Amino acid sequence: MIQDEEVELLINDLFELYGYDFTGYSRASLKRRVNRLFILDSFPSFAEFRYRLTVDSSYLKRFVEEITVNVTEMFRDPLFYKTLREDVIPNIATKPFIRIWHAGCSTGEEVFSMAILLQEANLLNKALIYATDINPNVLEKARKGIFPLSQMKQYSENYILSGGKQDFSSYYTANYDRVKFDESFATRMIFSTHNLVCDSSFNEFDLILCRNVLIYFDIPLQNRVFELFDASLDTLSYLALGSKETMKFSGVTSNYKQFGKEKIWRKM
Amino acid sequence: MEENVIIHPTCELVIIGGSSGSLDIVLKIISNIRKDISAAIVVVVHRKTTSDSTLSELLSVRSSLPVKEVEDKDTILRGTVYLAPPDYHLLFEKKHIFALDYSEKVNYSRPSIDVTFDSAAEAYGSNTVAILLSGANADGTNGLKAIHQASGVTIAQSPGTASFPYMPEQAILNAPVDYQMSVEEMIEYINGK
Repeated sequence: MIQDEEVELLINDLFELYGYDFTGYSRASLKRRVNRLFILDSFPSFAEFRYRLTVDSSYLKRFVEEITVNVTEMFRDPLFYKTLREDVIPNIATKPFIRIWHAGCSTGEEVFSMAILLQEANLLNKALIYATDINPNVLEKARKGIFPLSQMKQYSENYILSGGKQDFSSYYTANYDRVKFDESFATRMIFSTHNLVCDSSFNEFDLILCRNVLIYFDIPLQNRVFELFDASLDTLSYLALGSKETMKFSGVTSNYKQFGKEKIWRKM
Repeated sequence: MEENVIIHPTCELVIIGGSSGSLDIVLKIISNIRKDISAAIVVVVHRKTTSDSTLSELLSVRSSLPVKEVEDKDTILRGTVYLAPPDYHLLFEKKHIFALDYSEKVNYSRPSIDVTFDSAAEAYGSNTVAILLSGANADGTNGLKAIHQASGVTIAQSPGTASFPYMPEQAILNAPVDYQMSVEEMIEYINGK
């Protein structure tokens, strides 16, 4: 088991050697991830683990990929998507051009879910979805729009619960154990690395989704990110978080009105 | 229950983990905890990911204590019942602050009882009482080991009283379990804290 002080040593190394800043990450989760990787890669000691990370930059890639959590699914929390479909999208539909930002999009399942919602509202051709993540490898996967076939039953059920009326399988082509989503979706997406810890606002958006990313940050870092989002949202634009995340600790919260029970806030 | 009870440090946290067949037991325990209990109570049960807040409502109605489904970075208050939200692992950021985690399932479960027990062992150490109830998988056993190593108290439901005895049985076989208790004994034990 890796100790608290050892986690701090790694955090220092990562910043000094590679410029990755994990200082504001929630320690409970980070320590679990570090221990998981330590066991997974069968290091005999912490010293060897640390040495590998400091001398082998290709191992850094693996470290960042494994430390950050990349578990996601399509139409996760179907009722949340139903609210987007019925209440949020109609309100941004009148804009001449729609800009959406998925911050911390991981392998893109939620980005494709959004594209499907926009398509069904006949808005996809005037929308642009910016999808960002700290981790270039997951973005590479997201860009391809290829997902495991084994997940489609669950995703199709989620889609129907979200109010979807189409045949979900009409959106993809299955090939062996994978499916590829229609190319037309990806043409409305821009994938780019962006680190919420240190990068700044890069555009103004009508809707920002950042779901199950902030749970890995401590409250000061969460506040930094809320300020970044606030600077990237027009009045009457929306911010959507994960189902157990909250703006309540943030200094900008007074400018926002929560949308019913869902974790969606509108800038006032 | 053994008579030669070791004097344990103040109990600040009682965690109750359960799976199949544990819901009735959880309800029974929670509805019988004394109002002025000084520990915080945390409930981690396996349930369907799509479930709404029904369980927290059920618990609220029956408990004289405030009941809350945990949100990210919530402060942990004494005398409050906290419920692990479905489809997240429940962790302790440090003493008195929760954290949530949406990483891979552990023992096919999210929330996993092992994950929460492990994290409690780190944050609360010997001030923890961990109780493992009825269930059909082996989640919780490793977590009880961690609680024991941190000098916390480990309790398993007496398998004879569990509708699915596999989970407490695994713990009794593989982890140091301080007490095997019936529901009534658990209630008495918690209320003595």
